[in-house]
Amino acid sequence: MARYVTVQVTRKEPPTGAAPAEHCKKCQLPLSKEGLEQSWQVCPHCGYHYPLRAALRLALLADSGSVTFIGEELRPTDPLEFFDLRPYTERLAEAQLETGLTEALVAARCSIAGRPVALGVMDFGFMGGSMGSVVGERFHRLARLAVEEAMPLVVVASSGGARMQEGLLSLMQMAKTVAAAEIVSEAGLPYIAILTHPTTGGVFASFATVADLILAEPGAVMQFAGTRVIEQTTREKLPPDFGSSEKQLVHGQIDLVVDRRELKARLTQCLDLLVGGRVADAGGGEAGG
Amino acid sequence: MAEQSPPSGLRKSYQTEAIRLLKRLQELRRLPALTGTNYSEEIKRIQERLESLRNRSDSAVAWEAVQLARHQDRPQTLDYIAHMIPDFLELHGDRLHGDDGAVVAGLGTLNGRRIALIGHQKGHSLKERQERSFGMARPEGYRKAMRVARLAEKFGLPVVTLVDTPGAYPGRDAEEGGQAGAIANSIRVFSVLRVPTVAVVIGEGGSGGALALAVADRVFMLENAVYSVISPEGCAALLWRDAAEAPRAAEALRLTAADLYELGLIDQIIPEPAGGAHNDHRATAKRVMRQVHLALAELERLGVEERLRLRREKYLRMGRYTIASPK
Ligand SMILES: [Zn+2]
Repeated sequence: MARYVTVQVTRKEPPTGAAPAEHCKKCQLPLSKEGLEQSWQVCPHCGYHYPLRAALRLALLADSGSVTFIGEELRPTDPLEFFDLRPYTERLAEAQLETGLTEALVAARCSIAGRPVALGVMDFGFMGGSMGSVVGERFHRLARLAVEEAMPLVVVASSGGARMQEGLLSLMQMAKTVAAAEIVSEAGLPYIAILTHPTTGGVFASFATVADLILAEPGAVMQFAGTRVIEQTTREKLPPDFGSSEKQLVHGQIDLVVDRRELKARLTQCLDLLVGGRVADAGGGEAGG
Repeated sequence: MAEQSPPSGLRKSYQTEAIRLLKRLQELRRLPALTGTNYSEEIKRIQERLESLRNRSDSAVAWEAVQLARHQDRPQTLDYIAHMIPDFLELHGDRLHGDDGAVVAGLGTLNGRRIALIGHQKGHSLKERQERSFGMARPEGYRKAMRVARLAEKFGLPVVTLVDTPGAYPGRDAEEGGQAGAIANSIRVFSVLRVPTVAVVIGEGGSGGALALAVADRVFMLENAVYSVISPEGCAALLWRDAAEAPRAAEALRLTAADLYELGLIDQIIPEPAGGAHNDHRATAKRVMRQVHLALAELERLGVEERLRLRREKYLRMGRYTIASPK
């Protein structure tokens, strides 16, 4: 049966990354679009972190002009012929049109402060950053590339969990990405995960939490089970900051909470301290002072 | 005698199952009537299954499997142990925080082979179900599983896991105790465990909480077990915005053993006694443990490195995608 040749798309505001209204939703102070762009979508008054699209995240972390995309030719398919109120293929086409991305994970070879790095960045705007087969395979290729070229692996997570429309294939991406991260680990190379708002479900319970170091942005929420499910099951009302970076830090689940505006410097410091490589720079410095 | 043809109008996975059943039926009819062997029960069972496939829509077939997989009297980990591992020694605790009743782990002898067995336990009575959180494990449950798996590895014991959970426990304590990290690390530990491993989905394979115990050299499913990335109710609530659409979600998710075998995500389907596993715990346990025994014997013939390579490659291959041609 030929299914869904015509794809109808209603254009909506991108679900994330759009500049907020003229006032910060946290501190209510005036915000300009330009001001936000200059501060990587962080409110200059109160430090509230707005979502950052994958392209901007790459610009934030990678040295300019250093990015080569990996596995960009991998495209999602519809292995289950999944149809709920709308066909999966239609949801995919819409996500691709809205985000300009082909999937929820962008994989790249780049340099960060001069050091070659295999960098993966998720975009929550692409079907809630859900993990399907392409996300898993791009992660896998990124891990292989890291090993082949003896580079660190750095992945920025942002995900609502598994891609339901790919059924158990999407659940298996948890096992796949964990196995891929293990290859990097066995090669003695660092793997750093940066968790951004939100990182939940299958991504939180797979590659995001097997990294050597886990960094998170301020205010990012990390949960395995959803708030609604927890409250229904346990009849306990959760506090508003449940699962936030700051709480996860208290509960010992992450290493550092890092402001986005300092992320590149901190990431570089982590890599320097783990594997060296910029000894000459660190040489004299202020160590003796 | 005119042979039945595969039922039409069913999705391919059920067609495939029907064809497999028809072949087996023909085989059985051709077998000489050996003394002491009675095939009539199996023939009857196959005919019933074919009839049920013929008379149901896809969603009814999937939903029926969900109901059977969740059946309160369905054999659980402790029932398999009772029937098949007489010397079972249950071990307790994760050595970090507590002991989770939703996961049973221990040592014992299966068909003359010393093994470690780890499985979810939902509980039968209401009291037991409450004590075991309905088989929904907390971080300490996964950490107990990892600890016993590592213990088995140290002493060269193969590890058998029995999977039967609605999912990981959704609670504040579990989240704050590192539920996500515990699941991820369990997946990691089982993916690199140096001893042979077999996982059997005996009932409900619910999402990450199931996968944490289901990474293995061989993954089997009982005929009426289900294994899914999300519960049909959860999926229906999210995508249909109506939990009552669960039967349709069950079909769309392709969570039955037949579906997952066709997708290449499981290695084998273990048939259940007539009407479902709950009708005969002993017979079910025997069938499961026989397949486990055969698989372990086969896996033991492989070298450690070879087995690890094959396991890793299996998981790294999983996924379906297309390659766009260069512009
Ligand atoms: Zn603000």
